[in-house]
Formats: sequence, C-alpha cells, structure tokens
Amino acid sequence: MHVRQTKLDSFQPTGNQELRNMSGKPRLTYLNGRGRMESIRWLLAAAGVEFDEVYLETKEEYDKLIKDGFLLFQQVPLVEIDGMKMVQTRAIMSYIAGKYNLHGKDLKERALIDMYVEGISDLMQMILMFPFSPPDAKEKNLESIKERATNRYFPVFEKVLKQHGQDFLVGNKFSWADVQLMEAILAVEEKLPTVLSGFPQLQVFKTKMSNVPTIKKFLQPGSPRKPPPDAHYVETVLKVFKK
Amino acid sequence: MSGKPKLYYFDGRGKMESIRWLLAAAGVEFEEEFLETRDQYEKLLQGGSLLFQQVPMVEMDGMRMVQTRAILSYIAAKYNLYGKDLKERALIDMYVGGTDDLMGFILMFPFLSAEDKEKQRAVIVQKATSRYFPVYEKVLKDHGQDFLVGNNFSWADVHLLEAILMVEEKKSDVLLGFPQLQAFKTRISSIPTVKKFLEPGSQRKPVPDDKYVETVRRVLRMYYDVKAN
Repeated sequence: MHVRQTKLDSFQPTGNQELRNMSGKPRLTYLNGRGRMESIRWLLAAAGVEFDEVYLETKEEYDKLIKDGFLLFQQVPLVEIDGMKMVQTRAIMSYIAGKYNLHGKDLKERALIDMYVEGISDLMQMILMFPFSPPDAKEKNLESIKERATNRYFPVFEKVLKQHGQDFLVGNKFSWADVQLMEAILAVEEKLPTVLSGFPQLQVFKTKMSNVPTIKKFLQPGSPRKPPPDAHYVETVLKVFKK
Repeated sequence: MSGKPKLYYFDGRGKMESIRWLLAAAGVEFEEEFLETRDQYEKLLQGGSLLFQQVPMVEMDGMRMVQTRAILSYIAAKYNLYGKDLKERALIDMYVGGTDDLMGFILMFPFLSAEDKEKQRAVIVQKATSRYFPVYEKVLKDHGQDFLVGNNFSWADVHLLEAILMVEEKKSDVLLGFPQLQAFKTRISSIPTVKKFLEPGSQRKPVPDDKYVETVRRVLRMYYDVKAN
C-alpha cells in the first residue's frame, strides 16, 4: 500500500486502527487515480484543507480493508475525517461542504447547490465510465458526452451565470457548486478541447475559478490532483475490484 | 395554487417513489400530475420547468426542484428528518446512500427482459442479504434504539423501510436472519403517517407493470434495451 502525505509526517503502520490517522488531517483511501475520489479531492483542496492519501494497489489490500471493517458497504471511496469512517461519495462531499461553508447560507441555497451538483454529477458519471467502455463503443460514448455537455448541462449554467451576472453560481458566494462545475468543465475539455466555444459565460467562469487561490494551487503540478485515467489505471481498477 | 407540493412524474414508482414516501412520512399532503403522453412531456420541456430536461420534478416553496437527491435532502431538512447536526446528517447520508444503491438494482428491473429479470432478482437478493441488510441490522443491534440515527425518526428510517418492502416483493422471506430489521419494519410501519401511507387508497404506487414500462418508454422515447448494472 502506498501512502501519500502532504507533509513529512511520520508514517503509521496501517495495522493499528488508532494510530492510522495521527496527523489529524482527513485521510483518503482509493486507487491512485481519479475515479469517484477526484471530486472529493477537488472539494477539500478548494476548501484549503490538506489531506493524506492511501492508494490501493492490490486486491489483497482491498479485501483486508473490508475484513478489518473499514468499509461500511465494502466500497471505496473511504474518507477518515473527524473520527468518522465516511463512505458514499455524496455523503462525504455534503459533509465537507457543510463543514467548510460551501453549502449555501440556508435551505434554499443548499437546494440550488444540490440540484446543480447532482446535474453535473450525472455528466461526470459518463466521463467516469468512459475508460471502461469497450473500444468499439468509445466513439459513440464520446459523442454522448459531447451531446449532454453542450445540450443539457452547460447551457443551464451558462444561463444561470448570465441571468444573475455574479461570479459564482449560488448566492454570490463561492460554493461546492462552483468547484464541481469547474472540475466538470476541465474534465470535458480534456476530451473535447473546444467544447466551451459556444459558452462565453463559462469561459469567464473557468478563468475566474482558476484564479481562486486554493484552486490555482490545486491546478499546479505536484498537487494531489490526479491525471486523466490511463490503461494502467483501468487495469488496476479491474484487478483490485475483481470479484 | 394549493400551496401543497406538486409532483410531476409517471403514474408509477420509479425515482419519484422515495419522494412520495418521505413527504408522506413527514405528514405532508401533496398533489401529483402524471405524465402519460409525449406531448405533456414536451410541453413541460418547452415551458422550461425541467432544469436538466428530466423528471422527477417537484414544485414546492416557489421552486421547481429536480434531481431526486436534492429534492429528498430539502424535504428531509425542512421537516426535521435530517438529524440534529452535521455528523448525524453525515450518518443519515451514508445510510441513505446504501439503501439508494440497493433500490437502484430494483429501479430498472421492470425494463429488463424476462431472462435478465431472473438474474437480476438473484443479484438484488444477494446484495440485500450480504451487503446492505447486515449493515443496518448491526447498527440497530449495536445501539439498541428504535431508529437508525440519533434516537430520532429520520429520512434514513423511511428510506430503509421502503427498501425492505421493495426487496420483500422480490423475495418474501428475505428478512429471515435479520431479527432487528424485522422488528424495525414492524415499528416503522406503525408510525401513524407511515401506516397511513401503507394503507390502500394512499398515494403509494404499486409494483411497476408492463403498462408502466410502456408509458415511460413512450413518453421518454426510451426504446433501447435496458441492461442490468
């Protein structure tokens, strides 16, 4: 198992549950790649929260985590934070957003943020699954991503930004929704570099978000941000989660 | 305008059913508009009521809410079914995430071929009994309380009851081996608002049939083969 730490803390052997997370920072357990953990990395980074990471590399390591009772539903992502072993990506992100004031100022703002995040998450799901589609389906899937991004999702946020003219999606304040949209824009652009050409508001939004100091830092080399999934990542996923 | 929430969906369970459950459990009366034709759907689309061109859509408190999770979270918080603090909310979110994944295996069941249905039935039972039910069984056993989180009725309890009943529809004795869940099922079913929802004549929808499948396919023009996940 490989442990990545943001500072040179002393490494605690993973066998001892109490010592496992001595640094006090959130500790992320996943594969060494984007997958479902990447949105969590983005959100923590955007909130300015440092975190440690444990990378699963073999099926044995994963089975051991399950056997040791770390994974409530036998699944990762796992985020150890504030004494909890959190699983379920949405639950984790809601908690982080709530804790670091990125979830709106009241119930209605929270509802808007949730709607936007859920919509973007549907788009991200298509990107998540893309590396695992068979070679002969890849072109069709890419076309679907393009269609959804340009006809269903991007127009919504383009309109939201145009209508209120503010820098951020909700309540004139930086929130989880902005982070999630930024992540999605960059992820889609990696596949379709000119995808923002019909969306001037989103182009401006992208620039503004890139300059938010915590995001700027996350976008620099050496940050915990993971590269686009490659064949090695796909192979590792299939190996670790093999039934 | 009655002031009551108004639900826009097909006349059937699908993704709207969890919302019906939660509103009912919270004692909130609601209206429904059922999509039966393609025209109705296109009218909704053109009217701009569907943020991402999808249903469920719930009109409430001046909002046209979409995205099932967002709607459920809003209802839960508004009616105090979301825990007393951030940590309880986190637990509820985790538990609901699990039951949501479990019900996800059942969601597309009606759309599968007969052969795939048999396979999927086995998958549903296997997931329920080896991955999900043991978790909630243990939670209830460990704290010995009536409700999953914080000794208080919450969204997590409603969602788990819904999931239990749905799995039981696929295998009636699936709770054998889960005594805590059996007691939980009896207890939560007796809560007055839930009890009312479980009675005939309520807005609870029946197990989806071929007519439901046909309606969804027709309205959404969803004619492709649906494969099990």
